[in-house]
Amino acid sequence: MASPSLIPSGDFRTSYAADTTIFPTLKSRNFAIAGVILACLAPYLLSNYWLSISIQIGIFAIAALGLNVLVGFTGQISIGHAAFFLFGAFTSAYLSNNFPIPVFFAIPLAGVVTALVGLIFGVPAARLKGLYLVIATLAAQYILLDFFSRADWFSGGSVPASANPFSIFGYTFRGDRQYFYVVLAYLVVSFLLVTNLMRTRDGRALVAIRDHYLSAEIMGINLTKYRTLSFGLAAFFAGIAGALYAHYQLVISQEGFGIDRSILFLAMIIIGGTGSVMGTLMGTAFVVLLPESMEWISANLKGSAFDHALSLNNNITFLREITVGAIIIGFLMFEPDGLAHRWRQIKIYWKLYPFSH
Amino acid sequence: MLRIAERTPASPRTRGEAKNSIKLMNTAFLIQLLVNGLVVGTLYGVVAMSFVLIYKATQVVNFAQGELLLIGAWVCWALLTKYGVPFWIGMPLTLVFMFVFGIAIQVVILRPMIGEPIISVIMVTIGLSTVLDAALKWIFGVNPQPFPRVFPSESVNLFGLQIQSVYVMSLAVSLAMMIGMAWFFRASKYGLAMRATAFNQQVAQSLGISVKNVFAMAWAISATVSAVAGVVVAVVNGVSSGLADYGIKVFPAAILGGLDSIGGAVLGGVIIGLLENIAQYVDSQYLHWGNLYEIAPFYVLIIILMIKPYGLFGTKDIERV
Repeated sequence: MASPSLIPSGDFRTSYAADTTIFPTLKSRNFAIAGVILACLAPYLLSNYWLSISIQIGIFAIAALGLNVLVGFTGQISIGHAAFFLFGAFTSAYLSNNFPIPVFFAIPLAGVVTALVGLIFGVPAARLKGLYLVIATLAAQYILLDFFSRADWFSGGSVPASANPFSIFGYTFRGDRQYFYVVLAYLVVSFLLVTNLMRTRDGRALVAIRDHYLSAEIMGINLTKYRTLSFGLAAFFAGIAGALYAHYQLVISQEGFGIDRSILFLAMIIIGGTGSVMGTLMGTAFVVLLPESMEWISANLKGSAFDHALSLNNNITFLREITVGAIIIGFLMFEPDGLAHRWRQIKIYWKLYPFSH
Repeated sequence: MLRIAERTPASPRTRGEAKNSIKLMNTAFLIQLLVNGLVVGTLYGVVAMSFVLIYKATQVVNFAQGELLLIGAWVCWALLTKYGVPFWIGMPLTLVFMFVFGIAIQVVILRPMIGEPIISVIMVTIGLSTVLDAALKWIFGVNPQPFPRVFPSESVNLFGLQIQSVYVMSLAVSLAMMIGMAWFFRASKYGLAMRATAFNQQVAQSLGISVKNVFAMAWAISATVSAVAGVVVAVVNGVSSGLADYGIKVFPAAILGGLDSIGGAVLGGVIIGLLENIAQYVDSQYLHWGNLYEIAPFYVLIIILMIKPYGLFGTKDIERV
């Protein structure tokens, strides 16, 4: 789990400020800024298909980031993340439909409400160690989905609930192209928030709990408080992402947010690298692109002998699930630090290029 | 889910009779639900027992327990219908297959994970359950399949209740497996080795117990026992991917009994089974919320975590530094 930071030898930090910088070098900071600027141009460069995929990546990355705070930094697991995501979606839609709250404010409010609901399930488990939170969130997944199918006033019951489009001060964002900027803004803010969290006392407390909770407690870290905090944060980000998703789709139903979606969120952070902020984005992109790429492959193989033998077209959903599961297992066995680690290795390889051994 | 007998009573004639018969029907309905709960509960107990077995022996929380059940049921179904093997050969073949399969899972997937953080191991079993679930749907399709008649379907009159023979069979098999398990842990050499390993791995190793073998055996036995439960459910209700739900119901049962107590798991399973059916009764008679049957165990789970997190018989986790 722990990802060792690969600082080149001879690179000594002599001040706390240097030690806690977000970007270790000037170049990496410039690259990050350039990346955001490039992303700003994306709506004019990408086709509609790719635009919608990048919006999805952005939204799911926010949710996965929350999960990564819980799993990667605190060492707890949640398999009810999809339910919290959906709760955020319904809450935001409900708030903006029934109260005079603009969508702009409804989204963070949905995050807060989701965090509170998450705490109802998380608090009893956060007192205990290890696997109890997994089991509590498992219950949360089923109880919340049951609640959605029951509560017509809240989620529309069997009929999908509708959500207003995103608006701020009377200006309404329409279409993917404009919504992309909303998601991008939230994404950048969330990533900055989490990166900064890791530089604070609270963030270090979370990591200490993950690495050795007993020592952490002896050092004066309140385990229950920080476990609860981290679970609340995870639910908060899930709620924000869900709300963004609701105002993107404009219609939300609970279809497709069962436990397998929660597992998909786990897959995102495992593939990306647990405990790595940038890895979360990579892992989310991987997981979102995986089914798409499988569809391209099966479309290309259509009519071939391979297709006939496995009847790929009819079974693409199963094949996708198998691949997701197999990739989770494979990454945990062979690359437990995920794509982020691989990326670092590649960087180091090129840094020392001719003498990489 | 298991359902016993039909619930529609004969239509009553007069009002007085109607009142009486509704009361009677309610009582009969309740008793039927309780019997139902007992039957389902013992099955939960058996699955929870095999779940706890893995947890106790190898410290792995197995999220793929339900899939083991499902594999057992599908393999037996395929042997019986596709290959026309008689049940008395097909069943042992299934068990042998599951035994080998359990060992294979342990050796190939979980052995490399020994020493990794507990959450990685949990996530591996989650991944495993996804793979197995999808693979089974791919191989056997998504439609439920009826199981070939293995036992003559007759009603047995037990204490004035009409109970189908398959339910009696189910209860008997579950009890037999529980007794077998108890014997295994108390009297057999392997069972003792397993208990020793669960108590302390290093001490067990120094006593000459091969912890590696014990781990593999735990998975093999757990897979086999789950498969028996799977076949029993399949005989009663047919095979469908819904069988994997038993793997989820294991959590309330095991938490209620205490995660590391095998007897507690059995008791927890029975309680959860009964509770589901009582919830169903209360729901259908008074509340009319619908679907309480499915969801009640999870509410119970949260409540247990709040008030008695280590369950009825679980050992409290006290750490001394």
